[in-house]
Amino acid sequence: MGIPYSYIVRNLWVRKITTLLTAGGMALVVFVFAAVLMLSEGLKKTLVATGSPENVVIIRRSAETEVQSSVYRDQASLVASIPEIANGPGGARMVSREVLVLMVLPKRGTGSPSNVTIRGLSEMGPALRPQVRLVEGRMFRPGTSEIIAGTKIAEGFQGAGLGETIKLGIQEWKVVGLFDAGKTGFASEIWGDADQMMQAFRRDSYSSVIFRLSDPGSFARVKERLEDDRRLTVEAEREPQFYARQSELMANFLNVLGTILSTIFSIGAIIGAMITMYAAVANRTAEIGTLRALGFRRHDILTAFLAESLLLSLLGGALGLVMASFMQAFTVSTMNWQTFAELAFSFTMNAGVVVQGLLFALIMGLAGGFLPAVRAARLDIVDALRAS
Amino acid sequence: MTAVVEIEHLSKAYQRGGQVVPVLQDITLTLQTGDFVALMGPSGSGKSTLLNLIAGIDAPDSGLLRVAGVDITGLRESELAQWRAEHVGFIFQFYNLMPVLTAYENVELPLTLTHLSRRQRCEHARLALDLVNLSDRADHYPSQLSGGQQQRVAIARALVTDPTIIVADEPTGDLDRVSAREILDLLESLNDSLRRTIIMVTHDQAAAECAHIVRHLEKGVLTDKIEYPRERAQA
Repeated sequence: MGIPYSYIVRNLWVRKITTLLTAGGMALVVFVFAAVLMLSEGLKKTLVATGSPENVVIIRRSAETEVQSSVYRDQASLVASIPEIANGPGGARMVSREVLVLMVLPKRGTGSPSNVTIRGLSEMGPALRPQVRLVEGRMFRPGTSEIIAGTKIAEGFQGAGLGETIKLGIQEWKVVGLFDAGKTGFASEIWGDADQMMQAFRRDSYSSVIFRLSDPGSFARVKERLEDDRRLTVEAEREPQFYARQSELMANFLNVLGTILSTIFSIGAIIGAMITMYAAVANRTAEIGTLRALGFRRHDILTAFLAESLLLSLLGGALGLVMASFMQAFTVSTMNWQTFAELAFSFTMNAGVVVQGLLFALIMGLAGGFLPAVRAARLDIVDALRAS
Repeated sequence: MTAVVEIEHLSKAYQRGGQVVPVLQDITLTLQTGDFVALMGPSGSGKSTLLNLIAGIDAPDSGLLRVAGVDITGLRESELAQWRAEHVGFIFQFYNLMPVLTAYENVELPLTLTHLSRRQRCEHARLALDLVNLSDRADHYPSQLSGGQQQRVAIARALVTDPTIIVADEPTGDLDRVSAREILDLLESLNDSLRRTIIMVTHDQAAAECAHIVRHLEKGVLTDKIEYPRERAQA
């Protein structure tokens, strides 16, 4: 048994102000670190939630996103004719040929331009996304120049509100409904009839084909057959995976940025912890000598001071995470660089963020506490006792 | 009576600015179990160094140093720490209690180095506090105790492991006359009734008079030896 925990804990408690200030410095770093992780988590969550596992997305091989993809009409017909596609309520096949266009639209208030995703869908398109709910107005009618907009788009962009008209391509469009898509990527889109959209934007190919499998287990077989078909140059992916991949670049960038920033900030916090712990060693030199005289070994002393520093950092980490948890109240709107579309998402805290935040804090505590603990352990007993 | 401390031709020197300063020269000394020895001498005479060597917190340059039959100069550092935990009780001039631990916890502290269970540690610590008459102050922190009380807690801490020897470095050096008297009476009774071997460094003549043997050091050399008769028979 080493030096009792009560000795370690109470020494932090006795110098409350120093402990709080040092832990506060670490808390700020953990806050930044956790906030960035939460941002990238939120992004992932939003994009992953966009997909349903029984849905399959077909895009041109190696296109990676719908924007870069084009699927010709004859190819789309071939895909839509496969027998594994599920039948909807009215017996109609649940498949949607879609076209995706990015438009630069002016924001409300500032008028500053931003990208908005315009999606043209077949009649079955909305039914394939049960997470999308009409909240106001009605659904667009096929074959007309009617559109519906996500509530966030309606709030954020000029001409996108209910009853307003907006020029997209060579056509004027009337907003007849608003939809809520929860925390999915669809929330930041405008939907209309696919064929009307293709005319308006002078496109002769679709961007993607989306269909629902009658048996989700048949995905591997369907994927293999479609990708091996020489008439098609497409790839098939389950919808959640498809959207998760779209978040990778940005999520990774956020993670790298967060780690670099936090590492730089952490140097300050580590030095703070080091100064605090060196001061603790200096103030308690006689105590250290006494403990050694009583029979505690060098590594008991090392462990005790390291534990003190780790505890200090754990306190800082917990404080930082509590601060970061308040960030969950905020929603961020930014451009997804992979799809170039505006995307709204929230800071999301989960167990992964908590574990990483605490680990980051502990690493700071270890880095800051190591040298002082070594000094404490290396003190000569007689010299240390003379310090009293 | 058996020899508890055997010292032969013990020498120790310090390096100071390239110069070798001898602190102890050719010390030969034997202490018996139950002895109460006072080491006296002017400052710089090497009395504290001799005490530190006997207590195993400093190492000699040459000579034989055997405590309770063990040649402690041959022990590795971690073995020596274990040996101190088992065989030596320390009393310091400035008490050296852990300020963040209560009186009880301070007394219990050296027991955490033994294999005793929590309950046994509690029993031992309570008993030791009882012996120094501080049971009612068990939950007080050192800052809530007077100097004399703090030193009594320190004595309880030195006793609690039932060590072979108790070393005391100026145990009354920081106390007023009344408190000092209490501490000396306590040490005397420990020696008398519990037959503890006590080695004490002191400047204080009154303190030295409690001891049965007074050894003087001058410039690192033992000079004379005064023995007082034991009064235990009459007590």
